[in-house]
Amino acid sequence: METATLTPLGLKTFVPRPDKAPPLVASGIIGWMRINLFNTSFNSVLTVLALAFLCKVLPPLVSWAFLDASWLTPSPEHEGACWAFIVNKFRVLMVGLYPGEQLWRPMAVAVIMGILSVVTVARKLSTRLLILLWYTLPVGLFFIINGGFGLPKVEQSLWGGLMLSMGLAVIGILLSLPFGILLALGRRSRLAVVRTLCTGIIECVRGVPLITILFMASVMLPIFLPQGVNINNLLRVQIGMILFSSAYIAEVVRGGLQAIPVGQFEAAGSLGLKPWQTTVFVVLPQALRHVVPSLIGRCVALFKDTSLVIIVGLLDFLGMVKASSQDPKWLGYDAEAYVFCAFVYWIICFSMSRYGQSIERRNQW
Amino acid sequence: MYLKRIVVFLCVSFLALGSTGLATTLEDVKARGVLNCGISEGVPGFSIPDSSGRWVGFDVDMARAVAAAVLKDGEKIKFVSLASKQKIVAVSSGQVDLTSRTTTWTLKRDAKQGVDFTTIVFYDGQGFMIPKAMGVTSAKDLDGASVCVTAGTTSELNVADFARANNIKFEIVVFDGKKEALNAYASGRCDVFTTDISQLAALRSTLAKPADHLILPEVLSKEPLSPLVRHGDNQWKDIVTWVTNGLIAAEEHGITKANVLKIKETSKNPVVQRMLGKSGDTGSYLGLDKDWMVRAIQTVGNYGEIYQRHFGPDTQLNIPRGINNLWTKGGQHYALPIR
Repeated sequence: METATLTPLGLKTFVPRPDKAPPLVASGIIGWMRINLFNTSFNSVLTVLALAFLCKVLPPLVSWAFLDASWLTPSPEHEGACWAFIVNKFRVLMVGLYPGEQLWRPMAVAVIMGILSVVTVARKLSTRLLILLWYTLPVGLFFIINGGFGLPKVEQSLWGGLMLSMGLAVIGILLSLPFGILLALGRRSRLAVVRTLCTGIIECVRGVPLITILFMASVMLPIFLPQGVNINNLLRVQIGMILFSSAYIAEVVRGGLQAIPVGQFEAAGSLGLKPWQTTVFVVLPQALRHVVPSLIGRCVALFKDTSLVIIVGLLDFLGMVKASSQDPKWLGYDAEAYVFCAFVYWIICFSMSRYGQSIERRNQW
Repeated sequence: MYLKRIVVFLCVSFLALGSTGLATTLEDVKARGVLNCGISEGVPGFSIPDSSGRWVGFDVDMARAVAAAVLKDGEKIKFVSLASKQKIVAVSSGQVDLTSRTTTWTLKRDAKQGVDFTTIVFYDGQGFMIPKAMGVTSAKDLDGASVCVTAGTTSELNVADFARANNIKFEIVVFDGKKEALNAYASGRCDVFTTDISQLAALRSTLAKPADHLILPEVLSKEPLSPLVRHGDNQWKDIVTWVTNGLIAAEEHGITKANVLKIKETSKNPVVQRMLGKSGDTGSYLGLDKDWMVRAIQTVGNYGEIYQRHFGPDTQLNIPRGINNLWTKGGQHYALPIR
């Protein structure tokens, strides 16, 4: 029965009754399951199979990783995981062979980088200030790790673990972005020399796998250098990675540049902007916005690629995991080591891609 | 114009830098105050970063002895972890002064690749591991067995050679890495697992029941491991050779890390007196001081002590001395006379 109220003019207003709740099978958990898990017979079969698989796999995994695990003291008789291995090796996994009395330095750097990342993600500062911070702070942090300005020098052969992986990745990303953008712009240049050179670099580098570049940098290069000239192995590897990453970023950015309609150039030109102004203020901001997902993808890929440096003898995070599992005092904990390694890599890569998604969402208008 | 200047500048600076490399390795090392040493990225017993971030192992101690003899401090050493492919180039190009990295002494490396080997520090060789339940005691009884090997190494070739030489047949199952091959063996995919004996022991100790597996006495190949130095710097090669040799001599004479100073004062043996710089000056032949060997022994102990520390019964590896014992005890280590 409809209720009716009287308005000041004495007219009845129609007020509908509240909707009836949808039938139980279409709402709540059951409804969600019907829509998402059992909407077709094929999907129903898949759901059942997946559930069966999980039932088979999860309980032993959980009991290995948590229930039967020993956490702080090694116990070889244990059925489950021995996380004591990770606890014992935590320091070398994080900072490699960095000397014990200087440990505060990588810790301080980790804290500063953490704060910088949080500030970046929280968008509390203007983009310009953030870019400035990202390109200046790491320089100072490098000196904290390396030494100088009163701090004792720590040999780069002692750097390792997650610190090395992150360092290679952060410096690699920060430097290969501008180089990549320059290469992309150079490839579209009207000057034949610049265009040919940039195209040549991009195609040459993209034509070989990263492993080859690393090998060239660390095995072949010393042969060609004169006796006594030693470019640090780490520096050679870092340059190789920047070169590799730049070439790929250049192609990503070129995709973005090509998506800019000619009208934008013409409009900018008609406003009296010079070519470089057109590029910097009109074209690049739009182009980069188009390619944010791919750029984030390249950054994640670069971070994961740092694990390749093990083939040239650098003990990055994965290298340290491998080396630690060879310790005669701790033999036989490979599974724990690799699970931990995978977990850390996943956390970092997943955070990066989530951040990328948040940028994309913000850019949609 | 600019380009020309830059090219000239680069050429000059390269020449200037290049000429710095003409000093002998000993002078370089002393001037630098640090010995640069290449090691492996992690081989059980040979070189491993321990939990406190310090390199430990047999190869590491051999290098520390050189640092102690030359620079008077076994800590004045910078370890550079080298991948297998880098180990030769790193020495020949002067990135490191010395590589102590499980490297087999072969003709090609010695003659063709710009490096010199010093002394054999460890006699390794490829061996077989089988489940005890198989009831076999000699590799020659393994006719028809399937063997798990690692791809791309000489192991594969050695197994084939061994089979042909003994007129037996193996079914060779190839895996990408040592661990994968071992896992396949552990799960019963093949009857025999093979790699270098020094590694067999380490890998055996990671199996569920190490005592159920047997390492057979046959050695399929010779893998004499030696430190390497750059080709052509004879003085430096002599130093590394004789420090290592001195550690073996120390074991022959019962000189240990603990008693070296006491023996130096009390020993009446002229051989020992010469070695420890009590009489004569053996160090000066090498460009070192009188106490070169005392410091080396004080830092790492004699050869036997180093071996026991990293491969002895107290370690998980527990590799019997066997061929790596002194010649007086049925092994191969025979110290050259220090005089």
